[in-house]
Amino acid sequence: MPPVQVVGEVLAVKRTGAYMSMTLVAPGVAEGAKPGQFVAVAIGGQDTGMILRRAFSIYAVKERGVYGGTVEFVFAVAGRGTEWLARQRPHDPIDVVGPLGKPFKLPAHPAVCTLVGGGYGSAPLFALAETLRARGCKVNFVLGAATADRLFGALDAKRISTLVAFTTEDGSQGETGRVSDVLPDIIDKSGTEVVYACGPMGMLRAVAEIADYHGIPSQLAVEEAMACGIGVCMTCVLPVRGDDGLTRMVRSCVEGPVFMGDSIRWDALGTVPADCVGAPR
Amino acid sequence: MTEVTVRPAKPPVVPGPAVDMTTTLAGVVYPNPMFTASGCAAYGQELDQFFDVSKLGGFVTKSIMVHARAGRPTPRMAETPSGMLNSIGLQGPGIERFIERDLPWLTERGARTVVSIAGSTIEEYTKLAQKLRGRAGVSMIEVNISCPNVEERGQVFACDAGAASAVMTAVQRASSVPVFAKLSPDVTDIATIARACVVGGADGLSLVNTLLGMVIDTKRMRPALAGVTGGLSGPAIRPVAVRCVWQVRNALPDTPILGMGGIRTGNDALEFLLAGASAVSVGTAVFGDPQAPLRVLRELRNLLSERGIGRVSDVVGMAHQQQAEQDVAADDDQLEEYDDVVDEEVL
Repeated sequence: MPPVQVVGEVLAVKRTGAYMSMTLVAPGVAEGAKPGQFVAVAIGGQDTGMILRRAFSIYAVKERGVYGGTVEFVFAVAGRGTEWLARQRPHDPIDVVGPLGKPFKLPAHPAVCTLVGGGYGSAPLFALAETLRARGCKVNFVLGAATADRLFGALDAKRISTLVAFTTEDGSQGETGRVSDVLPDIIDKSGTEVVYACGPMGMLRAVAEIADYHGIPSQLAVEEAMACGIGVCMTCVLPVRGDDGLTRMVRSCVEGPVFMGDSIRWDALGTVPADCVGAPR
Repeated sequence: MTEVTVRPAKPPVVPGPAVDMTTTLAGVVYPNPMFTASGCAAYGQELDQFFDVSKLGGFVTKSIMVHARAGRPTPRMAETPSGMLNSIGLQGPGIERFIERDLPWLTERGARTVVSIAGSTIEEYTKLAQKLRGRAGVSMIEVNISCPNVEERGQVFACDAGAASAVMTAVQRASSVPVFAKLSPDVTDIATIARACVVGGADGLSLVNTLLGMVIDTKRMRPALAGVTGGLSGPAIRPVAVRCVWQVRNALPDTPILGMGGIRTGNDALEFLLAGASAVSVGTAVFGDPQAPLRVLRELRNLLSERGIGRVSDVVGMAHQQQAEQDVAADDDQLEEYDDVVDEEVL
């Protein structure tokens, strides 16, 4: 379904642990949105000096709410743009574009799936879990963060998982350490056939390597800085190996944000590798 | 008896007086003066999800080079007050793939395509123009001689009158459509470069490209962009761009100008037209509002209608006439004062 641009209306803004969640009535955005897709939100009001949109993974959609389709996303207050967003109140208008990007691909048969989230990167994994379960897949969760209040969706994860593990770097909840410390064990115990993950690039790389080591595919939603979210600005690129074996600088907004873990050139992130199509000669 | 609720009919939308939005650039007539800006609209298909690109006056592509190009490493972008800094490095598919895949789509869609071309030698520019010669759907070539994000940054053609002129001569000879030179505002006197381009063969000028800028990330204590410096765009640069259009129009009143630099509203577009642009490109605003070009067009039309202006072409360069009349009036005043003084002396 092609993306639409609509002036949505804030239905709710609430604090959830260290993060905020916002629900918008946004007809046309919610309908047809699939897990892993994102929205791009205009911030600051009409005459703002903050001219670029902010992109957020979709956490939940309701296609036919009382007020029409709604879309919910989670964000961390990290700068002036997200501060402004956190100050918005019900009925305030917010211009939103979505759904954007390629969603997670689903297994063809009922598979054992492990979903790995870092911080609020776990947001898109809950809708994915519902979709997987509806197709008869078994779902496990591994959630990690620096501290307990930065684990997003721990209760939901417990409720819907066959196996679940939490990690915090300060030991305030679950195991002390990182998701990569517990993921191999969960994969072995559960007989995981597919790994899904969303979170910081360092975590995604570790997840991809673990999945690779276990000989199973991983699907990762990357978080690259974007200016437009719709494929015209070319800022959110990363080196990705295509089906033809060639590496290209591809846009994470339209060709991603979900990529196969073994297609991303982890060795070359933040660079243009010499063997990339169009690399400087 | 059933009560019938009679809803008052919606008041008819009273349109303002109609405005003729057609504009002409180097002999080519466009249905309206709203264009996309190079590097801000890719090759059309992405924006066509949000509006019909054939409704634009013209569609300006991202700059095309001879070969596919991967561009610069990330981070490529930093938001700045009322603007952004970018260092993409002309990433693109190369001319062959553009002609094979992107241009036919634009032509089929009914867009009037302005192909932006970029090279690092005169031979490359010539080759690009030759490849585009006689292609259906190409209404103009915009020659990007001013991209700040290339390795040869020190030798941007647009910073040297002789080099700029030579590129325009070569492209004009190879091309079957009008050629516009896209200039950098980062020069001592833009009118000098503009004149050199026109003498060289440019049919018109695109004013302006981004300004070279830099942001330092104070958390990491190093430049925010992998490319260190980048091109500044957005409303922050608009006064600089309007000044450039003004100065070039003054120097070359008969040369058509496509104006751009921070246009976000119809009022912004009107500024450029009044300064002397015959058409405008909406660039960075698209990142924040994918429908910006047609919204700006609508706003511009309404502004002209409110002012009772029947043709958009009538306002092109109008600020110069207004300024000239004011100058004449001021001169008259001064003369009168002078006369008074003289009279007093006589007395």
